[in-house]
Amino acid sequence: MSNSLRVAWKDLMELFRNRLGLVMLILMPIFMMGIVGFIFPSNNALNHVPIGLANQDAGFGGSSVGSQVFLTALDRINNQTGILDVSNATDLNALKQLVQTGGIQGGIVIPRNFTESLLSGQQGTLIIVTDNSNPQVSAALQTALTAVFQQMGTLLAQQNVINRIPGVNATNALAIVQPYNIKVEGVVSGHSSYFDFIAPGIMAMTVMMSVMTGLPAAISQEKEVGTLDGMMVAPINRLSIIIGKTLAQTARGLLQGVLILVLASLLFGISIQGSILLVFALLLLGVFSFVGLGVVLTSFAKDQETATMVMMTLMFPMMFLSGVFFPVQQMPWYMQVVSKMLPLTYAADALRKVMVLGAGIPEITTELAVLIVFGVVMIAIAVPVFKRAMTR
Amino acid sequence: MSSEPIIKVQNLTKMFGDFKAVDDVSFDIKKGEIFGLLGPNGAGKSTTIRMLSTLTRPTKGTATIGGFDVVKQDTEVRKLIGIVSEKMIMYNRLTARENLWFFGNLFGMPRKELNARIAELLTLVQLSKWEKAQVGTFSTGMKQKMNIIRALLNMPQVLFLDEPTLGLDPQSTVEIREFIRKLNRENNTTILITTHMMGEADLLCDRIGIIDHGKIVALDTSTNLKNAISGANTTVLILEISNLTPDLLATVRALPCVETVAQENSTHLKIHAHGEDAFDSIIDTLRAQKTNIVSMQNIQPTLEDVFLHITGRQVRETAEQKIPLEHRHFGRGFGGTSNGRGR
Repeated sequence: MSNSLRVAWKDLMELFRNRLGLVMLILMPIFMMGIVGFIFPSNNALNHVPIGLANQDAGFGGSSVGSQVFLTALDRINNQTGILDVSNATDLNALKQLVQTGGIQGGIVIPRNFTESLLSGQQGTLIIVTDNSNPQVSAALQTALTAVFQQMGTLLAQQNVINRIPGVNATNALAIVQPYNIKVEGVVSGHSSYFDFIAPGIMAMTVMMSVMTGLPAAISQEKEVGTLDGMMVAPINRLSIIIGKTLAQTARGLLQGVLILVLASLLFGISIQGSILLVFALLLLGVFSFVGLGVVLTSFAKDQETATMVMMTLMFPMMFLSGVFFPVQQMPWYMQVVSKMLPLTYAADALRKVMVLGAGIPEITTELAVLIVFGVVMIAIAVPVFKRAMTR
Repeated sequence: MSSEPIIKVQNLTKMFGDFKAVDDVSFDIKKGEIFGLLGPNGAGKSTTIRMLSTLTRPTKGTATIGGFDVVKQDTEVRKLIGIVSEKMIMYNRLTARENLWFFGNLFGMPRKELNARIAELLTLVQLSKWEKAQVGTFSTGMKQKMNIIRALLNMPQVLFLDEPTLGLDPQSTVEIREFIRKLNRENNTTILITTHMMGEADLLCDRIGIIDHGKIVALDTSTNLKNAISGANTTVLILEISNLTPDLLATVRALPCVETVAQENSTHLKIHAHGEDAFDSIIDTLRAQKTNIVSMQNIQPTLEDVFLHITGRQVRETAEQKIPLEHRHFGRGFGGTSNGRGR
C-alpha cells in the first residue's frame, strides 16, 4: 500500500511540475462549463427572434377590431417575454422571401377576412410562416404564437360569456371557458434550468473520464519511455503500481470536479440541494466503477497512440448516451438499453438526484448498487488481465 | 572468482508470435564475472536481459539468479538485481534526488540508509551539485550516469547493462566504462552487459557470448575467441592501393583463399583470407595486375573478425554507432577512446 502512495506521489509531482499540463487541467473544466452553459438552450434561450407581420385585415363594417385585439395581445405577451422582434411586411410572398434571404425567421399573416370572420360568428384563421431549415426556431416560434392565440381566444371567449350570461363575473366566466388549469411545482422550490440538469452530469463525466483515459495514457506513456521497467524490476507488488496511478488520476479528476462545482455555482448559480459529502462519495464511487475498465484498456493498449484511440472510441458514445447532455428518455428504446449498460448513466443520475433534488442515500440505492457491482466485476476481470499483460 | 555460477540459463527461448527472438540459449555466469553478450541489433540481447530481469516471461526454458527462478521467484530475483536498460529509467520532471529517492523507496530501503546511499552514489558520479535539478535538464551523459546509479541503489549482486554507452560522447563512454570496471572490482558485482560494439566487449568482458539470430554462436574469453580463428589460419590484411579499380576488386574476391573483401574507402581494402598460402597468393595476384601498393598491414584478428568468421557477415551492417576498432593486437592501457589508431 505504501508503495502505491509512493507511485501516486511521484505521478502527482510530475503533474504539478508540468506547468502547461496544469493550466490545461484547470482550463478544461472552465471551457467545458462555459461552452455547455452558454450554448445549450435554456428556458429563455430564444430571444428577439426576428419575424415579419403582414396585416392584410380588410376589416368589417369599417372596424378591424379582430386584428387589433390580436396585435395588442401579441404586444403584451412580447413585452413580457421579449421573444419576438416584429417587423412589418406586405404579404405572404414578401414574408416567404424574407425568410429565404434570412432577414426573418418566421412570420404571421393576418388574412383579409380576419375581422369579418370573427364578427360573423366564425373562426378567425391566422397563418404562421415557418423556416423549415431551422426546426428548433420554428418550433419555438409556433409554441410562442400558439400561446398568444390561446390567451387571446380565452380573453375573447371570457368576454363573450360575460356578455351573454347575465350575472357571471370574470372569474366564473374564465372557469366556464377554461375549466382546467395547470400549476407546475418542482420537487424542490425555485426554477431549474438546463444547466441544473447538465452540471452534475458533467462533473461525473469529467471525474470518471479522467480516470478512464488518464490511467491507460499514463501507463502506456511510461511503457513507451521505459520508466515502467524501473518500477517493474523493484520487488513490489505490481498491483501497487496501478493502484498508485489510480490514486493520482483520482486526485486529478476530483480536482477538476471541484473546479466544475465552483464554476457552476459562481457562473451559473447552481446550488447543491443534497449533502456535499454525498456528492464527493458519489464521484469517488464513479471513479471506482471505472478503474477496472481503465485497467483492462491499459493492459490491451500497447502504446500511447493506441490507448488514446481506444479511449476516444469509447468516450464519445458514453458522453452522449449517458444522459449527460440529453435526457435518456428522449432516445429510441435500443439506445436506452445501451445507456442502461453504462456506469456513467447511473453516476450522472445519482449525482443529479443529490445535487438538484436533494436526495439522500435511500433514494439512490439502485444507482449505488449498480455502480458498486459494475466496479467490482470490472476489477475482478482487470486484475488477472493486467498481471498477465505486464509480463508478456 | 567462486566456482558456483550466480546466473544459470538453460534452453531459454522467447517467441514473439512466430518469430524466435531468443532461440534455445544456455549459459552460466560466475559470481564476480563481467559477461558480455555481443551481437548486432535485433540479435536477441535485450530480450535475453529482459527475461533474466523478470520483465519478460520466457516462452520456454529456465533461468535462475542466485538460485531463484526468474519466473516463479521473481520478487526474490528482483531484490538481487539492478538493470540499466537502453531507455533511461528516470522521470524528467523529478530532480535527481527525487528520482533516486522514489526508486530507492520501492526497494524498501530504510530512510537513513537510503539517504546515505543516494549521497554516496551522487558523489561517485560527480552529480552531487545537481541533485536538486530536474533530470530533464541533464545532458545525455549525465542522464546515463543517473540511470546507472539508479540501478545500484539496492546494491545489486547482479547488474544488467543493456547497451550502457549507446549514444554517449567519447568522454562519457570512457567514464561509464571505468565506472563499470570499478564496480566489478570493488564490489565484486556480477555484470551482464550487452553491446554491439566489439571494442567495448573486448575491453570490459571476462567472457563473451556472441549472439546472432537469437542463438549463442560462440562463447569464450576474448583471447580464446581470437585464437580460435587465428588457429584456423585466418589472415587479415589491410592494403592501401593507389590505383584501385573495380576489376581488381573482383579479381581479388575471386581468389579461392579469400573469404571477404571490404572496401573501406577509395584506396583501402580489408581482406579476410584463410589457408597457409593466403598471404602469398593475394600479393602475387596484386603484383600480376600491376597494382601500386602504397602500404600494407597484416593485422591480428579482432572480435569483429571473430564475428565475421562465425556468422559470415559484419556487425556494422546493422550497427547504429560503433567505435572504430583497434587493429593492433589488443593490449593493456587502451582507454576506450573512440579515436581508433592503426590506420
